[in-house]
Amino acid sequence: MMLLPCPWCGARDAGEFRYVGESGTRPDPATATRDQWRRYLYFHANPRGWVREDWYHGAGCRRYFTVGRHTVTNEVRTARGRS
Amino acid sequence: MPTRYSAWSLIRHGVSGDDWPPILRQHDRRESYDVVIVGGGVHGLATAYYLAADYGVRNVAVLEKSYIGSGGSGRNTAILRSNYLTPEGVRFYDRSVKLYEHLAAELNFNVMFSQRGHLTLAHNDSSLRTMRWRTEVNKLQGVDSDMIDPDEIKKLVPYLDTSNTTRYPILGALYHPPGGIVRHDAVVWGYARAADARGVHIHQGTEVVGIDVDGGRVTGVRTADGHRIATGAVLNATAGWSTLISDMVGVRMPVQTFPLQAGVTEPVRPFLDTVVVSGTLHVYVSQTDRGELVFGASVDPYASYSTRGSLEFAEGVAGHVLQLMPALSKMRLLRQWAGLCDMTPDFSPIMGPTPVAGFYVDVGWGTYGFKAGPVSGEAMADCIVNGRPPEIIAAFGLDRFTAGRLVGEKGAAAVGH
Repeated sequence: MMLLPCPWCGARDAGEFRYVGESGTRPDPATATRDQWRRYLYFHANPRGWVREDWYHGAGCRRYFTVGRHTVTNEVRTARGRS
Repeated sequence: MPTRYSAWSLIRHGVSGDDWPPILRQHDRRESYDVVIVGGGVHGLATAYYLAADYGVRNVAVLEKSYIGSGGSGRNTAILRSNYLTPEGVRFYDRSVKLYEHLAAELNFNVMFSQRGHLTLAHNDSSLRTMRWRTEVNKLQGVDSDMIDPDEIKKLVPYLDTSNTTRYPILGALYHPPGGIVRHDAVVWGYARAADARGVHIHQGTEVVGIDVDGGRVTGVRTADGHRIATGAVLNATAGWSTLISDMVGVRMPVQTFPLQAGVTEPVRPFLDTVVVSGTLHVYVSQTDRGELVFGASVDPYASYSTRGSLEFAEGVAGHVLQLMPALSKMRLLRQWAGLCDMTPDFSPIMGPTPVAGFYVDVGWGTYGFKAGPVSGEAMADCIVNGRPPEIIAAFGLDRFTAGRLVGEKGAAAVGH
C-alpha cells in the first residue's frame, strides 16, 4: 500500500486518488503548433528515479496536488497543493 | 551445431544417461558486430534468429543485462490471440499466431502451443458493441472470431457463473478459437538456441550503459564492464527500459512504464480448457498444463518501475475471479509477480527506424508484447536489413505520434483500459 500525503487531508491510501501524470506546462492552445501540442500530449520523460507528478484526491477533498515520487521505490518526498 | 531433438535423441540420452548439452554456447565478445540487439527477450532473440535464418546476417550480438527471458518474456501470462480491433493490428498479430503454430517444428524446440480457444466476456452493452465490431474486422481479415451467447459460453466453460443474478451478469462473449497459451520460457529458449546455432552471440549479464552516435549515426555501444563494441546498427528491444535506452541517443519516446501484476494458484486437476478474459472485471485466467491457474489483471493505476507485488492486486484479482467462478473459493494463491509494461498513447507498439541513423526501436509493447514476439522478430530483421519498415509494421512508426496517425487499439489490447 502506498500512502500519499494530501496537502489538505493528510496521508491517505493511494486508492483514494487518481493518478494524473507527470507535471508539465500546457502550451497555450491558441498559439501552439500541432507538433508542440502532440509532443505535450504524448511524450513523457518517464524517468527511472525521482519524478514530479500530479494527483487528484477523488475520494477526499477533490483537489489536485503535486508530489515528488521515486518511480522504483514509490517513496514520496514532497507534496504541494495546486490552486 | 547443437544436438537435434528427436525421439531418437531422447531414447539415446535416456539409455546412455549422458548430460544434455547446454542450449547456449558462451562466446568471447567481438570488437564489432554488424547488428547489436539490446534486450534478450523474445523480441530481441527472435530478431537475431530471423536476421541469421532469413537474411544470413550472422555477425549479430544480443546483449542482455540479466539472463534471457528475465523481463517481460518471463513475466507475462502466455496468452496468444489475434482478435484485435484495427485491420493493421489484426493482420500483424495474426501473422504472429501463424508463426507460433509452426514454431516448435521450425526451432526444433517444443514450445507447447495449446490452441484451446479464447473467450472475452461482455458484461455490458458497450462491450457487446465493441466485440461485434471486432468480430467483423476479424472476419474481414480472415481471422476466426464470433459472438456467442451465455448458453454457448456455459457449454465451453461449465464452471463460469452465467446466471443473471451476479453483480456483472455475462451477456455474451467474443469467441476466438485459434487463441490459446504457450510455454513462454520455451519460446525464449527455442529462439536463443536456434539463433546460437546459426552463429549469433548471446551475451547474458551484459548491461548497455551508453550508445555512441557520431554525425547522427550509431557507431557503437558501451557496456557496464567498460567495453566498447563497434556497430552500425542497434536495436532497442527492451521492455521497461525502452525510455532509458532511447535516452542514450536522445530519441524521446511516447511511453510511460506501468507495472502489471499476475499470479498463479496451486495446481489442481484440469477443468478449464479455454482462456477466459473479462474486461469489466479486469481479469484473465487460464489453466497451465501443470494444473495451476494463471491470473492477470490490468496495469497498476500509476506509472512505476517497481516490480513488487501488492496485496491490493491479490485481493482484487481473487474477488474478480470468484465473481466469474465461485467454485474456486478454496483455491490458494501460490505466488504473484509483476512485469513492466511500456504503455503508448494508442495501445499499439513503436517499431522501425528513428531520427538517429542505425538506431532502431521495437518497443512500447504495453501488455501485448509476448504474443507479438515472432512477427516482431521477422519484421525487425527485414527492417534492419533493408533500412525501412516492411508493410506489416508500416503503421507502427515513431513518427505517427507527431503526424497524428494513431493506431487505436484501446478497445482490444488489454483489459481495464
